[in-house]
Amino acid sequence: MIENLLPNVDWDKMWEATLETLYMTAMATGFTFVIGLALGIVLFLTSPHQVWANKMVYWLTGAFVNIFRSIPFIILIILLIPFTKFLLDTIRGANAALPALIIGAAPFYARMVLIALREIDKGVIEAARSMGAKTSTIVWKVFLPESYPALLSGLTVTAIALVGYTAMAGIIGAGGLGTLAYLDGFQRDQKDVTLVSTIIILIIVFIIQWVGDGLTAKADKR
Amino acid sequence: MIQLQNLSKTFATGNGQLVAVDNVNLTVEQGEIFGIIGYSGAGKSTLIRLLNGLEKPTSGSVTVNGQEISSSSGQALRSARQKVSMIFQHFNLLWSRTVEDNISFPLEIAGISKANRTERVKELIELVGLTGRETAYPSQLSGGQKQRVGIARALANNPEVLLCDEATSALDPETTDAILELLVDINKRLGLTIVLITHEMHVIRKICHRVAVMEAGKVVEMGSVLEIFQTPEQAITKRFVAQINGPDAVSQTIAHLIEQYPSGKLVKLVFVGDRTEQPILSRLIKQYQVEVNIVQGNIAQTQNGAYGTLFLQIDGNELAIDQAIHYLHEQDVQTEVISHD
Ligand SMILES: Nc1ncnc2c1ncn2[C@@H]1O[C@H](COP(=O)(O)OP(=O)(O)OP(=O)(O)O)[C@@H](O)[C@H]1O
Ligand SMILES: [Mg+2]
Repeated sequence: MIENLLPNVDWDKMWEATLETLYMTAMATGFTFVIGLALGIVLFLTSPHQVWANKMVYWLTGAFVNIFRSIPFIILIILLIPFTKFLLDTIRGANAALPALIIGAAPFYARMVLIALREIDKGVIEAARSMGAKTSTIVWKVFLPESYPALLSGLTVTAIALVGYTAMAGIIGAGGLGTLAYLDGFQRDQKDVTLVSTIIILIIVFIIQWVGDGLTAKADKR
Repeated sequence: MIQLQNLSKTFATGNGQLVAVDNVNLTVEQGEIFGIIGYSGAGKSTLIRLLNGLEKPTSGSVTVNGQEISSSSGQALRSARQKVSMIFQHFNLLWSRTVEDNISFPLEIAGISKANRTERVKELIELVGLTGRETAYPSQLSGGQKQRVGIARALANNPEVLLCDEATSALDPETTDAILELLVDINKRLGLTIVLITHEMHVIRKICHRVAVMEAGKVVEMGSVLEIFQTPEQAITKRFVAQINGPDAVSQTIAHLIEQYPSGKLVKLVFVGDRTEQPILSRLIKQYQVEVNIVQGNIAQTQNGAYGTLFLQIDGNELAIDQAIHYLHEQDVQTEVISHD
């Protein structure tokens, strides 16, 4: 029955591509979280009136974030080909897609981290300082827990964007559902492959959204 | 305990320099509840933030318990802050932590072990009367309860000084009274020095020993609460005192009172300090053949005793009235006969 409706779909290949997409999304989301968080915290702490207020660092970090956030991802991939080659000696495969995915997504997430941190009640930070907390303590014990829901919902948005990025990366041969949809679906004109790939990507996005929203709601005790 | 010397703080703002604290000199004694009152923008918060180094003075110095806070930084300042803790108008609790974890926070900062933290948190929860609410989140508490958490948190590291920035301004009158009582209780039990900022005179009246009045960054008047209530000198102080006594109702209505109570004698008593606690009136009535009629009065309790005025109409035969008034004079209550000749 299904074979008749979707004559060209090779389910083993489809499953493999799905795993590749999941792998790239998960790895990129993980690195993006760490790098984006670090960038966001640096941006926040060096912004005017904060403890490490520093125009130079703030401006440089801000410029880096804004530039990489603004470059369309498909162009970023092409720009980063030499960098990736230098780093991994290849531009094919899931791992080769990671540098571009992370460099594309981390600045995007950093911006959301900055917004989340700015929304923390200033009084709470002041209270922590009045108790004699070090800046590192404030970062770990005030910044992160007090902005956790916003960090998490930002990460959800970022992870979903990354699913889209992996599909674009697929076009230059990163593998995953993007490659499958492009090579088998588009170039060989097998519309059913494109359709199934799209449905699987949608399912992945919905699951990320659902899990992210659930965790965010559960974390928010306000 | 706390010495402020020639303390000034200037902020650079968009349109020039703003002097928030202007050459303030004052000393707060160990174990004292010291109030600072002033209208919005007077510089109270800036002043109190100078006391724990959240703000650096432009000039002058702040010394707390022998340590010069104004020149401390880094670890020395952070350790000092554990002994000068603070409570806030908007409580400033971490919403992500339960009551007990909020109280535990300063202990974590001080590097206290888990076991000792748990024990100390339990004591503090009992001290502020929050038993049973340990695992609630701030969002599940009333304003008064939140401030109790704030107080418990502030007391966690056994501070020597407690700074209160409008600690009751977000609370209703009854809750305010309960929190103020808790502060007095803590002050007595733990011998804690308290510096309290407010724009409400009844807070000063209720719990402070001494008070400084601030206007435009300057301390314009300072003294014991009783003194300030009795003989306010500056116009702004008079306005604050009137918050409690009413807008000089007394002097305006004396003429009116005389008209209303034409017989006998109208007497004005001024109570200061302990006198109000003695049964002067009941003795007066028991010992002399006179009718005593309370015409008007207001007595307020302060931490240094009560003060207030009372208008009495004393009626009866001439001799008895004279004897009664003589008795009042003997009680060293300020007595003044204001009527009928
Ligand atoms: N960081 C700052 N930068 C610039 N100006 C400031 C700063 N902090 C306070 N000020 C100014 O200093 C003055 C005193 O402010 P402060 O907060 O000490 O007043 P306050 O007496 O506590 O008033 P309120 O009762 O409204 O809390 C105000 O004019 C305020 O605008
Ligand atoms: Mg203030």
